[in-house]
Amino acid sequence: MSLLSVHNLFKSFGGLMAVAGVSFEVEENSVMGLIGPNGAGKTTVFNIITGNHKPNKGEILFDRMDITGKPPHEIVSLGIARTFQNIRLFQDMSVLENVLAGNHCRMRSGLFSSMFHTPSQRRDEQRAVVRAMRELAFVGLDAEHGTLAGNLAYGNQRLLEIARALASNPRFLILDEPAGGMNEQETADLITLIRSIRKRGITVLLIEHDMNLVMRVCQKLVVLEYGAVIAEGIPSEIKKNPQVIEAYLGTDE
Amino acid sequence: MTAESLKRRFSFPVCAGIFFAAMALVPSALSLAGVAGDGIAQLDMLNKIGIYAVLALSLNIILGHAGLFHMGHTAFFAVGAYATAILNTAHSWPVFATMPVAGILAAVFALLVALPIIHLRGDYLLVVTIGIVEIVRIALENNVFGLTGGANGIYGISRPVLFGLALKTPPLQFYLIWGFAAVTVALFYLLEHSRFGRALNYIRYDDVAASGCGINVARYKLAAFMLGAFWAGMAGTIYAANIRTIEPSAFGFYESVILFAIVILGGSGNIAGVLVGAFLLVGLQDVFRSFESARMLVFGAAMMLMMVFRPQGLLPPRRRHYDVDALVDRYPSGLDEGFSLSGRNGKKRAGETGAS
Repeated sequence: MSLLSVHNLFKSFGGLMAVAGVSFEVEENSVMGLIGPNGAGKTTVFNIITGNHKPNKGEILFDRMDITGKPPHEIVSLGIARTFQNIRLFQDMSVLENVLAGNHCRMRSGLFSSMFHTPSQRRDEQRAVVRAMRELAFVGLDAEHGTLAGNLAYGNQRLLEIARALASNPRFLILDEPAGGMNEQETADLITLIRSIRKRGITVLLIEHDMNLVMRVCQKLVVLEYGAVIAEGIPSEIKKNPQVIEAYLGTDE
Repeated sequence: MTAESLKRRFSFPVCAGIFFAAMALVPSALSLAGVAGDGIAQLDMLNKIGIYAVLALSLNIILGHAGLFHMGHTAFFAVGAYATAILNTAHSWPVFATMPVAGILAAVFALLVALPIIHLRGDYLLVVTIGIVEIVRIALENNVFGLTGGANGIYGISRPVLFGLALKTPPLQFYLIWGFAAVTVALFYLLEHSRFGRALNYIRYDDVAASGCGINVARYKLAAFMLGAFWAGMAGTIYAANIRTIEPSAFGFYESVILFAIVILGGSGNIAGVLVGAFLLVGLQDVFRSFESARMLVFGAAMMLMMVFRPQGLLPPRRRHYDVDALVDRYPSGLDEGFSLSGRNGKKRAGETGAS
């Protein structure tokens, strides 16, 4: 059954119709790719799912629950985590603290326990640090826990964003161009990483321009152009779809 | 390595402990040294610095940690001071009994004024908070609800009594004020090193990323305002009982700017920096005064130079230390959530980046 379903989504910015009637389903425990040329509305769809934009019309069901228009922090605590296309780390904080941000919604201590460092606050804090270190180890950055996030190499900053998202204990992970700016070796490692994320039982939805990565990790692809779905299917079919080829390469007239 | 261990040894709690212990000796030192009038003038100045330090520390939560440009902090201070003055003079409450009320009223006031403006950013918020200070001061001058005594203010506030001991003399007031400052430093230090303190920092650096990580940005901003206001309200109680006569002119825009400058110049987000800022800006006011009408000019020029040459303040925020090594032997064993570290070779990648 599908974990996330998007029904007939519309979103316009001023006069521009960025998303015009997009519908698709993401199967539980799968990796799905959302692809399409620049400006097709992919990131807008992501931003609507994560609550950063409110749609003009349409609805989003997560595990059969209507989450349309909920604020981002509620969506995270429901189990949807994301990374950003233009890396948004807390540059002047340590790698560990960045990952702790992801675990924030799973922590319990409030203002008073924080101010007095009560025993339950200390346990909460310890649990969070342990969880964060495990996520760092999972993406291969545990040795860098004390480094400032801004001092990491570009590819590692992308991995840190993934670790931060994983620390929120998501069931559904949204990756916006995870391989952007990565070299070949880093992309190959990323493919392994996305597969192991799926092995943990986390469903992944990703936007990516690196077709090699998309074809290798995704079970299903949805192709957007001008805010609408033009094709949907398994990667090998999409590769041969004339409409998709036209969208990417144009036609000769 | 040695610099690191030296840093660890002279960590903030140790330095703060030494500082407050030294402060505790000041009254006796002044009288032993035979300073004129047992150093009453010096103690009065230190008391003023202490109150400003507490206020600036509470502003530091809002301005330094959450990064909200709030230049109206004396409005909350005024609410607390007037709450104490009114309850004490008109209803003869003991001073310390008014303290929680002063804090709560200031926090509720902060909630009411911050709620509609919490989504404003940067300079927009700044302008609105300046408006709040002016509204409060003018309301007090116009004897709002017939409670505040107009431009003359309220006089005859009684001395605070602690365990049957009336805190009358300047040294006793000194201990009260700096004792309160010490408690403030300790609690705010703990708060900085917690989920709450981190959440405020995430919001300061990038509120979109913070909400994308699951942080309720509006709620934390409001909580920062309310906590800062609560503390400013309690500082109002201490101030009212120290000065015994309060008047609206003590809660004006100028005082708000001084507090703002203490946090920004001292080092936003750094407790030690804020204390240094309080000593410099309040302590040097007498020095500035010798410039007479050029006082604001000199002050403004100093501010500009600081912003050009050291925008992060005298003491930039210290990084939090996490005792990861103590937890290291625990975390590989606790893999109970169905994923394994051996799926990927974590150390390999880390080693690569370390070598490059």
